[in-house]
Amino acid sequence: MFTLKGNRLPAADVKNIIFFVRPRLELMDIIAENVLSEDRRGPTRDFHILFVPRRSLLCEQRLKDLGVLGSFIHREEYSLDLIPFDGDLLSMESEGAFKECYLEGDQTSLYHAAKGLMTLQALYGTIPQIFGKGECARQVANMMIRMKREFTGSQNSIFPVFDNLLLLDRNVDLLTPLATQLTYEGLIDEIYGIQNSYVKLPPEKFAPKKQGDGGKDLPTEAKKLQLNSAEELYAEIRDKNFNAVGSVLSKKAKIISAAFEERHNAKTVGEIKQFVSQLPHMQAARGSLANHTSIAELIKDVTTSEDFFDKLTVEQEFMSGIDTDKVNNYIEDCIAQKHSLIKVLRLVCLQSVCNSGLKQKVLDYYKREILQTYGYEHILTLHNLEKAGLLKPQTGGRNNYPTIRKTLRLWMDDVNEQNPTDISYVYSGYAPLSVRLAQLLSRPGWRSIEEVLRILPGPHFEERQPLPTGLQKKRQPGENRVTLIFFLGGVTFAEIAALRFLSQLEDGGTEYVIATTKLMNGTSWIEALMEKPF
Amino acid sequence: MGLRMNRTKGDEEEYWNSSKFKAFTFDDEDDELSQLKESKRAVNSLRDFVDDDDDDDLERVSWSGEPVGSISWSIKETAGNSGSSHEGREQLKSRNSFSSYAQLPKPTSTYSLSSFFRGRTRPGSFQSLSDALSDTPAKSYAPELGRPKGEYRDYSNDWSPSDTVRRLRKGKVCSLERFRSLQDKLQLLEEAVSMHDGNVITAVLIFLKRTLSKEILFRELEVRQVALRHLIHFLKEIGDQKLLLDLFRFLDRTEELALSHYREHLNIQDPDKRKEFLKTCIGLPFSAEDSAHIQDHYTLLERQIIIEANDRHLESAGQTEIFRKHPRKASILNMPLVTTLFYSCFYHYTEAEGTFSSPVNLKKTFKIPDKQYVLTALAARAKLRAWNDVDALFTTKNWLGYTKKRAPIGFHRVVEILHKNNAPVQTCRDLKDRQQLLAYRSKVDKGSAEEEKIDALLSSSQIRWKN
Repeated sequence: MFTLKGNRLPAADVKNIIFFVRPRLELMDIIAENVLSEDRRGPTRDFHILFVPRRSLLCEQRLKDLGVLGSFIHREEYSLDLIPFDGDLLSMESEGAFKECYLEGDQTSLYHAAKGLMTLQALYGTIPQIFGKGECARQVANMMIRMKREFTGSQNSIFPVFDNLLLLDRNVDLLTPLATQLTYEGLIDEIYGIQNSYVKLPPEKFAPKKQGDGGKDLPTEAKKLQLNSAEELYAEIRDKNFNAVGSVLSKKAKIISAAFEERHNAKTVGEIKQFVSQLPHMQAARGSLANHTSIAELIKDVTTSEDFFDKLTVEQEFMSGIDTDKVNNYIEDCIAQKHSLIKVLRLVCLQSVCNSGLKQKVLDYYKREILQTYGYEHILTLHNLEKAGLLKPQTGGRNNYPTIRKTLRLWMDDVNEQNPTDISYVYSGYAPLSVRLAQLLSRPGWRSIEEVLRILPGPHFEERQPLPTGLQKKRQPGENRVTLIFFLGGVTFAEIAALRFLSQLEDGGTEYVIATTKLMNGTSWIEALMEKPF
Repeated sequence: MGLRMNRTKGDEEEYWNSSKFKAFTFDDEDDELSQLKESKRAVNSLRDFVDDDDDDDLERVSWSGEPVGSISWSIKETAGNSGSSHEGREQLKSRNSFSSYAQLPKPTSTYSLSSFFRGRTRPGSFQSLSDALSDTPAKSYAPELGRPKGEYRDYSNDWSPSDTVRRLRKGKVCSLERFRSLQDKLQLLEEAVSMHDGNVITAVLIFLKRTLSKEILFRELEVRQVALRHLIHFLKEIGDQKLLLDLFRFLDRTEELALSHYREHLNIQDPDKRKEFLKTCIGLPFSAEDSAHIQDHYTLLERQIIIEANDRHLESAGQTEIFRKHPRKASILNMPLVTTLFYSCFYHYTEAEGTFSSPVNLKKTFKIPDKQYVLTALAARAKLRAWNDVDALFTTKNWLGYTKKRAPIGFHRVVEILHKNNAPVQTCRDLKDRQQLLAYRSKVDKGSAEEEKIDALLSSSQIRWKN
């Protein structure tokens, strides 16, 4: 399998070439280039194209315009809507979903979400209850109900795995992705960016230590690591607050050392044999520990820096409601020192969201500074941010955020990072609004927060899907419900960690499986909203 | 808001009786299905979403024992129908009972062989069906290669908008030409929108765009929000800027019109052309604030072009010291305002207000606030180690006024800049600012000469510290 690249296709002794792509116009240009650069002298090869998850009229039109449409023998679609990333995590990996749904009113990704959900139901049973909050959630639920009505071929008699489906619009909680995540996995994503469960890291710390080799070249290529729950140690530390990771790693180090020391105790052949058989597992564990120790060191370099501390202080001030109505000095300094534009945008948007919009004077001031420092063309991005509700003037002069914050207990002063008792540990004090809503839905139910729900954007609703009597779930006392929570517009690793925390609570009552249109963080989110030349 | 199904006895009866499962009859095709495993059935039900003519996995067998869709069966069918036998038609009808579509008799006209062997795999792009069926036909006993049930509809002229839209969703070839009247077209659009499928809506919109006048299209879409939004997104994607702007103008969405027009500048690489384009953006209906920014954007690029031409000339002439000592690393074109100011303070600091490249001129033209100006100038002069200029900046009235108002908040920035450029400690002493000197002390290396100097100054009794 080759990555799609411009110009000529890589040489290979094959008869058929299949392009396996998402339906994006830019990719069509590259494909056309590939097809047109085919060496006529060589043996003719057959071209096929497979769109994921759907064919696109516009893309095929583009191929036609470029004169290559006829070169394809098969033009198909591969209906991969939801991709499993882990045992409890599914994503559509649709980068454009948020912008399309909330800025452009294009609901195609919602349609795919609904299709993905229908597939899940076909495999795991009809979900008896659907809860939702937000316009898009409402649309998806409507589509699901309509699809079920239209395509009831055979009645689904699979015993349902899920008790509930919770559909949540991203714009119900615009705050959470803007804040810097503080879990181990969250920080890896914030600093290095996790792509499809892989992360690329600076290689220096991962060079194998060779004795007596002083001066040997350090690897120049980034170290690529796969991150998922198949790795025992990673599964243990990924969702912890970063400050709690160190102690886990040092405990692990002692355990592994002790295990290796056991070789001295192995006296009999049987004991030696047993030790040797354990060796691969121990070596893997040691390798894993080495990797994560290096990663933790890299992260620590960032989190102990003065700038990180200053930034975090400002974020936490905003989230706890302090000074959200005036121009912030740290933000001004960042602009003056020309820190990354996205960093600045995240902060001003955070302030705006925590203030239900900025006073016109403050907004104009920020905009001016940004345009003069980074370029006037960013008017377009600022406009997009306003449309998304992230950076806008305050209307009605009323700040709703304190009410929401207090009612839902979003800011928890006494947070325990080592042994957390509440989801607010993922941001060391701030409980993600989205997860809080899920938590309250489970217990005691949304009726208790009707007023707050009405302040948040979009309708909230409940639907039931009938099950044949034989299939109705009877929960044993103490048995957990299973809720599928679908974030329409993206989800962060910190939110995932918070949901996993809820899942493993003794008397939580609910276990969560998480689905989303995209795994993201504040940076990738804002980046997708920036206007670029087309 | 909820749709609760009350589980009364009556409801349950109704529920069971309305099930898709029909009682066993001799025409029952469900026979095969019920023998399949649970999961296979579940997976097969998925096919309904993907493509309903993928019947390969299900072998349906007619009552004569031939698998439905097999050639032998097809020939029987075709032959049967060509004789307009009622029985044949009935058989066909019942075989299509899976779907809820009204059953249509198979037409007696036949079709060319080539269209049969077109095969499922090249449904073609979304062109009209008429293209595919250009050949006419003699009556023939051509085999029907497992025609998907939906496709029977092709040959009738009675597609309803909802059926058309359903076929489009499955990527099937579909002619929209028959929707001639405005009302038909609008109904088609409505069906497409209710289906929420982007491709389908796009296909219909392309058709409408082609067959309706601009005015009518706009007028109709104005009251159809979803379709309208979709059209805008579509026009952006294919880059039909002209129609997009016409649309915004029609809708009186003036600000979007302005922004959409402005956005185009990103695609113009040539600086002069870009400048000319930006000129056309001035006076467009931006918000008041944005209008000022757009004007500034144009003016800035205009200036940059002049400065760039001039400086490039100076640099190549090789006579100007500043360019010889510090060759330019990049062009000033399209740089942000503050960067341009920095450049100007670096290379053209002493120039009089009259020239385009002088910092003072920039300050005046773009109304750069004092604070911003001083900090930028400071950074530039410090980088050049022009300490006299730095001193001069500190002694202006403006500066003192500034420190009174904003110190120590802004001043730490000064310290940062100075420290970054290793400014001499004297600067702080001159300002008699002990607090800042202390702050500065914390930044220098321990035991350094700098630290000693600072300590000496701090302990000096001669200096009357301000704080």
